[in-house]
Amino acid sequence: MTTAAQNQIQSEVFRILGDPTRRKLFERLAREGELTVSALTVGSKVSQPAVSQHLAALKLAGLVSDRREGRAIHYSVKPEGLKPLVNWVEHYTQFWADKFDNLEAFLNKMDN
Amino acid sequence: MSKETETPQAGTRSVVIERVMPHPPEKIWRALTQSAMMAEWLMPNDFEAKQGHEFKMTWSNNGYSGVIDSKVTAIEPHSKLAYTWASMGVDTLVTFTLVPEAGGTRLRMEQSGFDPANKQALGGAMHGWTGFLEKLETVVGKA
Repeated sequence: MTTAAQNQIQSEVFRILGDPTRRKLFERLAREGELTVSALTVGSKVSQPAVSQHLAALKLAGLVSDRREGRAIHYSVKPEGLKPLVNWVEHYTQFWADKFDNLEAFLNKMDN
Repeated sequence: MSKETETPQAGTRSVVIERVMPHPPEKIWRALTQSAMMAEWLMPNDFEAKQGHEFKMTWSNNGYSGVIDSKVTAIEPHSKLAYTWASMGVDTLVTFTLVPEAGGTRLRMEQSGFDPANKQALGGAMHGWTGFLEKLETVVGKA
């Protein structure tokens, strides 16, 4: 994938999650796992059709997936949809600095 | 001390961290290659010090959890250990090298193979998103 295409996906993910209602829905799915539209509507300040619309936008952006079971549609997060947002080099630079701190503390406790 | 460098491989980037530790290479090697010890400072795992061994490392944080799939690609006692590191569709290679020095060991870790397409600077768009991003990181690791 070209960098331009990647940038475009990234700004799309930002745009989709820029809406606070959508972001809340996404966070709930991330925290609670798979949920139906009606479960998501409970505890949300907007109507069920509005929730459905937000979920459709999240799905289009690759951030959630859906599964129909009878009449209910179940939604869950697609963590890989967040990939464009993560600066991996920065993430792992911090990760290894923390792990090396752990390692040094551990070595000091170890028998020689 | 940590720094980023470009790898010789065109088009990919690395994370490098290098520290001199006041311990002999043999001791550090044990911490790097014995499963129970790795769990103490890195992550729970089913590592075995065997070329080609496939293993998993698991982590959990705030109720989220994730798995890193790995395979040993190089193992030279007391001097070099390398394994693949696959998480969230990002496939990289982690290489540890140990060089004895006066009073200790220079331990270097290089994680290489980051695709530059995935290293976008987040910049101004991230303003005000800090709390959300922290949550994202835990979600991202779930894949």
